[in-house]
Amino acid sequence: MTDTQTASTVAPEAPAAPAREAAPGVVHGLYTEGEPIADTKAPQGPIEARWNKRKFDAALVNPANRRKLTVIIVGTGLAGGAAAATLGEAGYNVKSFCYQDSPRRAHSIAAQGGINAAKNYKEDGDSTFRLFYDTVKGGDYRSRESNVYRLAEVSANIIDQCVAQGVPFAREYGGLLDNRSFGGVQVSRTFYARGQTGQQLLIGAYQALERQVAAGTVEMFSRHEMLEVVVVDGKARGIIARDLVTGEIETHLADAVVLASGGYGNVFFLSTNAMGSNVTATWRAHRKGAHFANPCYTQIHPTCIPVAGEHQSKLTLMSESLRNDGRIWVPKNAADCEKDPREIPEEDRDYYLERIYPSFGNLVPRDIASRQAKNVCDEGRGVGPKVGDFRRGVYLDFTDALKRMSAEAVAEKYGNLLDMYQRITGENPYEVPMRIYPAVHYTMGGLWVDYDLQSSIPGLFVTGEANFSDHGANRLGASALMQGLADGYFVLPNTIRDYLAKGPFPKLEESHEAVVEARASVDARVSKLLSINGDRSVDSFHKELGNIMWEFCGMERSEEGLLKAIDLIRGLRDEFWRNVKVLGSADTLNQSLEKAGRVADFLELGELMCIDALHRRESCGGHFRAESQTEDGEALRHDDEYAYVAAWEWGGQDGAPVLHKEDLVYEFVEMKQRSYK
Amino acid sequence: MNLTLKIWRQSGPKAKGEMVTYPVTDISEDMSFLEMLDVLNEQLNARGEEPIAFDSDCREGICGMCGLMISGKAHGPEVTTTCQLHMRSFSDGDEITIEPWRADAFPVIKDLVVDRGSFDRIIQAGGFISANTGSAPEAHSVPVPKPKADRAFMAAACIGCGACVAACPNASGMLFMGAKITHLGELPQGQPERDARVVSMVTQHDLEGFGGCTNIGECSSACPKEIPLDVINQLNKDLRGALMRGE
Ligand SMILES: Cc1cc2nc3c(=O)[nH]c(=O)nc-3n(C[C@H](O)[C@H](O)[C@H](O)COP(=O)(O)OP(=O)(O)OC[C@H]3O[C@@H](n4cnc5c(N)ncnc54)[C@H](O)[C@@H]3O)c2cc1C
Ligand code: SF4
Ligand code: FES
Repeated sequence: MTDTQTASTVAPEAPAAPAREAAPGVVHGLYTEGEPIADTKAPQGPIEARWNKRKFDAALVNPANRRKLTVIIVGTGLAGGAAAATLGEAGYNVKSFCYQDSPRRAHSIAAQGGINAAKNYKEDGDSTFRLFYDTVKGGDYRSRESNVYRLAEVSANIIDQCVAQGVPFAREYGGLLDNRSFGGVQVSRTFYARGQTGQQLLIGAYQALERQVAAGTVEMFSRHEMLEVVVVDGKARGIIARDLVTGEIETHLADAVVLASGGYGNVFFLSTNAMGSNVTATWRAHRKGAHFANPCYTQIHPTCIPVAGEHQSKLTLMSESLRNDGRIWVPKNAADCEKDPREIPEEDRDYYLERIYPSFGNLVPRDIASRQAKNVCDEGRGVGPKVGDFRRGVYLDFTDALKRMSAEAVAEKYGNLLDMYQRITGENPYEVPMRIYPAVHYTMGGLWVDYDLQSSIPGLFVTGEANFSDHGANRLGASALMQGLADGYFVLPNTIRDYLAKGPFPKLEESHEAVVEARASVDARVSKLLSINGDRSVDSFHKELGNIMWEFCGMERSEEGLLKAIDLIRGLRDEFWRNVKVLGSADTLNQSLEKAGRVADFLELGELMCIDALHRRESCGGHFRAESQTEDGEALRHDDEYAYVAAWEWGGQDGAPVLHKEDLVYEFVEMKQRSYK
Repeated sequence: MNLTLKIWRQSGPKAKGEMVTYPVTDISEDMSFLEMLDVLNEQLNARGEEPIAFDSDCREGICGMCGLMISGKAHGPEVTTTCQLHMRSFSDGDEITIEPWRADAFPVIKDLVVDRGSFDRIIQAGGFISANTGSAPEAHSVPVPKPKADRAFMAAACIGCGACVAACPNASGMLFMGAKITHLGELPQGQPERDARVVSMVTQHDLEGFGGCTNIGECSSACPKEIPLDVINQLNKDLRGALMRGE
């Protein structure tokens, strides 16, 4: 412990740094290993029969009893909105929460490309099994077969449901639904609504939710932020939330709690996530006993608009469909990097993806495209303005496409995206090659859940991007929307009833010790944040954390870098609790206070991500360890040692996290090393 | 570039507000409008003044959370959302006034933040198709002619930002509502509830304190998603039909 970490200067929140090589059994001085865990709910037997079996075995709740059962759902994105609507329709008493001013604004709204479903409308050989297979392989064999199969199985129902709600998917002239191929798969199974698929799906779920609000089954709490879970006798029984308008700290009790709070990519400060996306809901649950699985699995998307300067607040994704017709290159010689790209002759350009991966070229999976962009920039061949010491950008060039197709045809296909690029950068992509760079986009890690989507706290369920379950170490395009809606409409409503059938649980008073304590801890934290009154803004801490994460726990990770990052994060966290400056008061809208709470949790999560990345000495999917690569620099998995889910248990304020391994067994798909050469 | 900002400050829903002047310097043209405000907020924080509250989330022009009156124009001088407006649309030395949406149905919460809950309540009144989960027929059982699907999509692109209301001298919500009526009314799935939907949404709209439409068209010019005025004609037509049929 350093001198400053005495009880009086450290907030109740800040975990002390356990000294390295301290307690016996502490690996790297950073974590201990506990009992292995198993997903005990997944039925065995033929994979195509498992979900039906589970649905049949899950107990039913008498319709007359449903009204007496209260379910809290945090999040109104696809995963939470769909679940709230469905449970409301079924007659449960639902309380739904989001931090935005309306449930319609959850970050699912920003998804562009599309949603997968094994409808096989194109008769191109698609099937439930193929979607299952592609997803397992795309996840680099680090996801559960049973879960992924179920996802593929219910995917077709999602499209039916959305069409019935009036989601205006793209259609062909005959009036039937159109599909496209997406994310490097060989079948056309992606349903889309121009570049606004997420928006249209979310509006469908939102309208279904508002219908239940009108029907009185769902009570909506917008501009509310969940800050704590209430756990009583080992079961999740409610949440503590702050009304962001009045500042009031509220207690909400229930029979079960569902977290559908989205991903934690904002730990990197710059990401394609919304400004308010956070880890608070899941992190608070983690601290109360929910295991956090595979936190280091993050997806870095290759086609985003590069950082323009220090003021940048977020990054904007451009659909990867651009890689179908655009060619990616950098100058062969670093000396050319400042030149106008149009003046660099063909022979001085390095179309590096086409060079390294002749068979897939510009269409290699996201993780590979991203890492190669980083490599060429690290070599000093990046383009665009310097940010820090390096130029961080590569060209995405439509010159050939414009010659081949005509400007009109390009505009028809990509007009929206090219306009957006022009609006943000002020450059005309029809004349000058665009510049792109990878950005943090999605987090495959999340709270550990079993086949029922129940976390390690009974009564606490986790859906959508907030859980870890379906994408392994890398998510394929158009599959997050699929998972969010699968969880929300079809999976959770069927599994949570098995738990609710045991209720209603004993009535709980707000005066119960555990409730009072949860509330008091939230009050204390809010007062603490407002009382520090140091010198540095919340954003300055967030940016610094983001830089550490991006540098050492981003596209390439090494033991040395991760150890350094852990030290840096601990130092930063310590400084945060001594020196952050949060103005204003607790009893009004206070956006600095909101941000401060989120950053405080990111400062803890960041450390766990680094520990997870450090312990996994293999490369898989989005996790690339410098120490584990083939001779030509490709990711190398170690299935003998690492074919497991790493589920981390909170080690307590002063303790080290505890690793629980869940073995991944492949019965239906054979594990192979990916190759795109 | 250097700019003079005149910004509405109001400490709470019931407090009296006022315009406060803030000079900002060294603004790069690559910044978005909201990043410019972020920079100002960092400076205020450093000086011990409470930062200016304003809403934003996606900062990509799709969630509809942001929305400022910028020198009298909803979302500023370009046809886009406030978050997608960039400083290259302004010049060195400009004076810019920044205010919240002004409408009885959108009360101010603090500074530039307003309450748009009235939009949600209009949707609750009927802006949906009743289709319980699990009850849906196979998606291809009802083909939708492409022109209808395309028009439904065009109208469904509304992001619920409220700029139409802020831009309208009557503070009418008709463009927002017309967009939803058109989206659902174009689709075969939306027919069974079509009459009831329009009547109850319009009733709710009036209850919330939105004004009536007098065909000025400011709403559509301010709309970042370019929702056309003809959705209001559609709404009126649907409403007349529904009333005639005795809804
Ligand atoms: C730019 C972009 C493009 C994408 N494109 C695609 C695509 O084309 N296809 C695809 O399949 N996937 C895509 N994705 C991924 C996909 O959109 C997301 O993974 C998915 O929508 C997440 O849905 P969700 O319901 O889990 O969470 P979200 O939609 O993020 O919702 C989170 C909800 O939780 C609430 N919340 C969070 N924390 C709290 C708290 N503490 N208290 C109260 N409420 C809280 C929020 O208010 C919100 O309602 C894209 C993602 C991005 C960022
Ligand atoms: S109609 Fe246009 S201006 Fe009005 S809420 Fe919708 S998107 Fe905003
Ligand atoms: S912040 Fe989402 S539209 Fe502007």
